[in-house]
Amino acid sequence: MSTRLATGGRLIDRTAPLAFSFDGRALRGYAGDTLAAALLANDQMLIARSFKYHRPRGILAAGVEEPNALVGLGQGPRFEPDQRTTTTELFAGAATVSQNAWPSLNLDVGALNNLAARFLPAGFYYKTFMFPRFAWKHLFEPVVRLSAGIGRAPAEPDADRYEQAYDFTDVLVAGGGIAGLTAALAAAQNGQRVLVLEQTAHWGGRAPVDGIAIDGKPADAWVAETLAALKALPNVTLRRRTMVAGVHDHGYVIAQEAVADHLPGADLPRHRLWRIRAGRVIAATGAIERPLAFAGNDIPGVMLAAAVRDYVVNWAVSPGDRTVVVTNNDDAYRTALALLDAGLVVPAILDARASVTGALPAEARARGIRVLEGRGVAKIKGGKRVTAVQVCAQAGEGAALETIACDCVAMSGGFSPVVHLFSQPGGKLAWDAANGMFTPDPARAPTGADGRPFVTCAGAASGALLPAVCLADAHAAGGGTGPAPQATAPDEAPMQPVWMMPQGAPPALRAKMWLDFQNDVKVSDVQLAAREGYVSVEHTKRYTTLGMASDQGKISNINGLAILSDALGQPIPATGTTTFRPPYAPISFGAIAGEARGEIFQPLRRTPMHGWHEENGAHWEPVGLWRRPYCYPRAGETHAQAVNREVANTRQHLGLLDASTLGKILVKGPDAGRFLDMLYTGIMSTLPVGKCRYGLMCSENGFLIDDGVVVRLTEDSWLCHTTTGGADRIHAHMEDWLQCEWWDWQVYTANLTEQFAQVAVVGPNARKLLQALGGIDVSREALPFMTFAEGTLAGIPARVFRISFSGELSYEVAVPASHGLALWHACLAAGAELGAMPYGTEALHVMRAEKGFIMIGDETDGTVIPQDLGLGWAISKKKPDYIGKRAQERTHMTNPDRWKLVGLETLDGSVLPDGVLAPAPGVNANGQRLTQGRVTSTYFSPTLGRGIAMGLVLRGPDRMGEVLDFVAGGKTIKARICDQVFYDKDGEKQNV
Amino acid sequence: MSEPISALGGASAEGFARVTEAGPLGMITLRGDLAAPAVASAVKAATGCALPARRAITTQGENSAAWMSPDELLLLVPYPEAAATSATLEAALKGRHALVANVSDARALFRVTGPKADQVLAKLCPVDFATLPAAEIRRTRAAQVAAALWRSNPDEISLICFRSVARYMFDLLAVSARPGSELAPG
Repeated sequence: MSTRLATGGRLIDRTAPLAFSFDGRALRGYAGDTLAAALLANDQMLIARSFKYHRPRGILAAGVEEPNALVGLGQGPRFEPDQRTTTTELFAGAATVSQNAWPSLNLDVGALNNLAARFLPAGFYYKTFMFPRFAWKHLFEPVVRLSAGIGRAPAEPDADRYEQAYDFTDVLVAGGGIAGLTAALAAAQNGQRVLVLEQTAHWGGRAPVDGIAIDGKPADAWVAETLAALKALPNVTLRRRTMVAGVHDHGYVIAQEAVADHLPGADLPRHRLWRIRAGRVIAATGAIERPLAFAGNDIPGVMLAAAVRDYVVNWAVSPGDRTVVVTNNDDAYRTALALLDAGLVVPAILDARASVTGALPAEARARGIRVLEGRGVAKIKGGKRVTAVQVCAQAGEGAALETIACDCVAMSGGFSPVVHLFSQPGGKLAWDAANGMFTPDPARAPTGADGRPFVTCAGAASGALLPAVCLADAHAAGGGTGPAPQATAPDEAPMQPVWMMPQGAPPALRAKMWLDFQNDVKVSDVQLAAREGYVSVEHTKRYTTLGMASDQGKISNINGLAILSDALGQPIPATGTTTFRPPYAPISFGAIAGEARGEIFQPLRRTPMHGWHEENGAHWEPVGLWRRPYCYPRAGETHAQAVNREVANTRQHLGLLDASTLGKILVKGPDAGRFLDMLYTGIMSTLPVGKCRYGLMCSENGFLIDDGVVVRLTEDSWLCHTTTGGADRIHAHMEDWLQCEWWDWQVYTANLTEQFAQVAVVGPNARKLLQALGGIDVSREALPFMTFAEGTLAGIPARVFRISFSGELSYEVAVPASHGLALWHACLAAGAELGAMPYGTEALHVMRAEKGFIMIGDETDGTVIPQDLGLGWAISKKKPDYIGKRAQERTHMTNPDRWKLVGLETLDGSVLPDGVLAPAPGVNANGQRLTQGRVTSTYFSPTLGRGIAMGLVLRGPDRMGEVLDFVAGGKTIKARICDQVFYDKDGEKQNV
Repeated sequence: MSEPISALGGASAEGFARVTEAGPLGMITLRGDLAAPAVASAVKAATGCALPARRAITTQGENSAAWMSPDELLLLVPYPEAAATSATLEAALKGRHALVANVSDARALFRVTGPKADQVLAKLCPVDFATLPAAEIRRTRAAQVAAALWRSNPDEISLICFRSVARYMFDLLAVSARPGSELAPG
C-alpha cells in the first residue's frame, strides 16, 4: 500500500493539515501536497478508468506528463473535469471525483470492454464507418458516443473570474529548474531584461530531489542563493505557477499563470493568460521520463522511477512497501537509493543492460540491493494494484525466471528532452541514437524576423541530461561569460534504448504493453496500424489515437514511434515525430476569454440618451455594437401594440427618435467635391452650401453598400451621413481610396459620429416643437425641405436638418453629445402638449416601408445594385465616373431579367413572412425549384391597417398587378405586385 | 445653456489604483501638413504648445498637443475653450488645406492613478509600460476598443476612448484594478 512516511517531505508543511475528499471519502493531506501526493498518502492509488477499455488507472507520474490521474475537481459553479492531480496543489476542502467509471471506480461496468479488447483494435472507430454500412448510424455511433469522453462537462456557469496581461522582455526563460536559473542569471548579468516562468509552485526543478551538488552546495541551498541574486536584479522578473503554453512567430509567447487555483473562493482572478513579446526564448523545460513497454505496465502501482522518488523526497509519500525498479539507465538507481534512505524495501533492480558498471549501481549493490543484469519484466501480476513482477531475460521471449512479490514498480526507459517550445515555432530535431532521444538541432532552430534563432533549449531540454553538462549548456544558452556553475553528481554509464520488454515478446504480451495510457494504445495497436499500411507517423497517430489524449503523448510518443519504426523496418529519425502544437499543457477556456464575460463580454455602445431609454422601459434592438430602442412598450402593451401606437402617434402628432447612432463623417478640402462625386452615384460637388442631398454609395463591383444624406456645410466641407452600421466601415472606405488610390487629392476626413447627439423630430407638430424650443427659424420659407440651419436651439448650439425618412414633416437636430440628454428632455417637455412620444427603430422601419424607402441590409445584401431598387434617379448620368459605374455597365447588371424592387400586398391583407420566396415553374441544374422573387421588408402598417411588403421580383416593375404565390412553411400566400410607395405617394405631408 | 454632461458624469472606482472618468475635456482634431511652419505656429498661437514630434505629447499649462498620425494632431484644452480655440485655429489656417474639428464630445477621458497604475493598463493594452516615456502618447487598444494613453503625471496615466464605449472602458479598468489582482511577481 501507499502511505505517508513519518519523517521527511521537503515540500510539505506537517503543521498545516488539509481535509479533502475523493469520491466522497474524507481524506487528509498537508499544505504543499499535490492532489496526487495526498491521494497516495491515503493509499488511493486507483484514480480513474482508462478511456477505451475502462482498465484501472493509477498515478504514473509526478508532473505535467501524467496521463492517468485526472479527476473532476470542485463543486457546482467551480466544478472542472480532467484536473491533473499531479500538478494541482492541494487546498482545504478540495472535493475530487473519479472519472470514466460507472457505477463506481472499483466496480466499473465499462471494464467489460477490456474483455472485448480484441474486438476494439486500433482504428476500430474508423472501421465502424466502413462495414456494415447501416451499423454506424444505428449501432456503433450511439454506443461509441455514450462511452466516449473522459470528464463530465460542468453544468453551471464558472463562478471564477479570469484576466489577461501583456508583458515584454528581451529574454524569456521557460522553466525555473537549475538550468533555467543558470541561463536567467547569465542573461541578466549581460544587462538584458529577463522574465523567468516556472510552471510549478517551486523553484529548482528536480535537482534537489536528485541530490545534486552545485558549486559545492546542496542544490536547495544553491537554488535559494541564485534566486536571491536574481531577485536583487532590477532587470529580472520571476513568476511561479506560470506555464508557457505556446511559442509563436515573432517571439509571441502565451503563458498561463494559475493565480488562485490553490486559493479557491478568494476574490482573485483564477487564471491569468500572459501574452508576451520576447526577443529570445530559452526553453529550460527539462526532460520527461519514458515508461518501458512490458506486459501490464498500466496496472496501478507501476510508476515512473523518478516520480517514485519525487513522492518519497518531496512529499514523504511511500508509493509502496516493496518496490521493484526496472530500468535501462543509471538514473533509476537514484530511486532505489531514495527508497532505501526512507527505510523502504527494494527487492531487486531489473536492468535491461547486459552489464551494469556505473557508480550509482555500485552504490546500490554496496547497500545490498540485488541488481539483475540483462533482465526485464515478463509481466506484471495484479488487477487494481501490482502484486508481483515476473522476471525474464530481456533478450528472450518472456519465459518467467522468477516472480518477485511487490506493490510498486518503478520503471525508467530513459528520458525525452522537452523540446515542445523549440518545435512549436518550427525548430527541427536531431536523433541522438546513443541516448535514444530527440534533441533540438541548433542548426535548424526557429528563426525570428532577423533570420537568427530565437528559441534556444538549455540544460536537459537540449539533451544535456547530466548535471555537469546541463549547467554549462544553460550558462552558454544565457550568453554567460566567465565560468558556469559546477554541478557534481556521480558519473552515469550509457543507457541502452529498450522499446519493448522482453525484446522477443510474443503477441499475447504485446497486447498488454501500453504506450498511451490514457487513450489505451498498446504496442500491438501500433504494429497493427503498420501492417494495415500506415507509414506516416501523423496518420498512425490519428488512426490509433496514440498521443491524442490530454497529455498529448508526453510519455508515449517516443515509444510509439520507435515501435512504428521497428514495424516499418526503418530507423527512428526516418519516421520522425508528430507535430508539437500549443498549448504545451491544457489552458482554461476562462483564461482565453479573459475579462470578456458578463457586462464586458463585448463593448456595448451607448448614446447620450441611453440611460433615459433604459429608465423608460425601452425594448432594445442590437444594431452593430449599439443598443437602440426597438419600441417603448407601456404597461400591458405587446411590442407590436407599442409599435403601432408609436407609428400612429408620429403620423398624427409628434414622434421623437434618438438618431445619434447615424454615421457623420466630415469631408473637407479643395478636392472634397471631386472626391464625393467619385464616392457617391450622384453629384455632390454642385450641392449648394446649406443644402442636403440623398446619396448612394457603391463598391467597385457596383453593389450598393451605404446610403445617407450629404450636407454641404461650407464651400470646401461636406458632412456625410451614413447608416448606423456603416459609420466606421464607410470612413475606412474613404480613407482607403484617399490613401491608396487618390493620395495626391487634397481631402481630409474626420469621423464625427460620436461628437453629436441627434434627435429626429417627426410629425405634423414637428415645426411647432422646434418653434417652442426657440432660437432658429424653422419656418417653411426659412428652412425648406432638404436644407439645414445652424444656430442655438433651446440654448444649445445646434444644426437643424430638414430631412425626412418617414414621409412626415421632419427635422433632425444635432447637438454636441454632452448636451444630447438636455435636448432630449427639452423636446419631451416642450412636446408634452403637442402629443410628443418617443418612438423606436421598429416604428422607424414601418414608416420608411410605408413610404417605400429602402433600408441598407434589408433591400440590399451585397448583390443588389441601385438600378435594381428603382434608384436610377439618384445616379448621375452626366458624370464620367464613380466607384461602381463601370461594374454596373456589365451585361449581367444591365440584364432586364434581374430581380427588381416592387411593393407587395397580400390579397387577404395579412403580413408576409420575412424573406419568403415566390417559386417559379421548373427546376435548376441542381434539381432545385426555380424562384422568381423574395420578400425583403414586411410589416403590418398601422396607417393602412394591413400588411405591406417590399420584395425583389424577376422583372418586377414590368409585372404590376400580377399575383405571385409566396410559400412559407408549406402555406401559400398570394400577393399582388404593386408600387412600393404605400403612403402619401406625392410627398405632400413632408412638404408642409 | 445646459451644463455639458460627460459620458459617465465623473464616475470613479477604487482598487489597487484609482479609476476616474475625468471629462469633459476640450479636444480638437487638427489634420494638416505637420511639416508646414504655418501649422506649427498656428498650434503654438492657439494652445501655447510646441508641435509634438512623432508619438509625442507636448504640454503648456492646461493645454496639450498630441501626435496622432503623420497628418493629425489632437489638441487638448479646457472644455469651455474648445470652440474658441477651434475658431482661432480655423482663422490661422485659412487658405491652407487643413481640417479643424471640435471632438470634445466624441470622447471620454479616464485617469488611472496610483503607483500601480501601469499594472491596470498592462492587463488591457499591448503596451510595454516599462519603456513608455513620460512625454509619449500611445495609440493602442484596451481589450476590444481603441484607446490613446499617456503619462499625464507621475503615477498617473490618462486614457481617451470613444464616448459610446465609456461604460465598457470604465468597467474594464475597474475590474482590472480589483485589489489582490496586482501583477506583482511571486
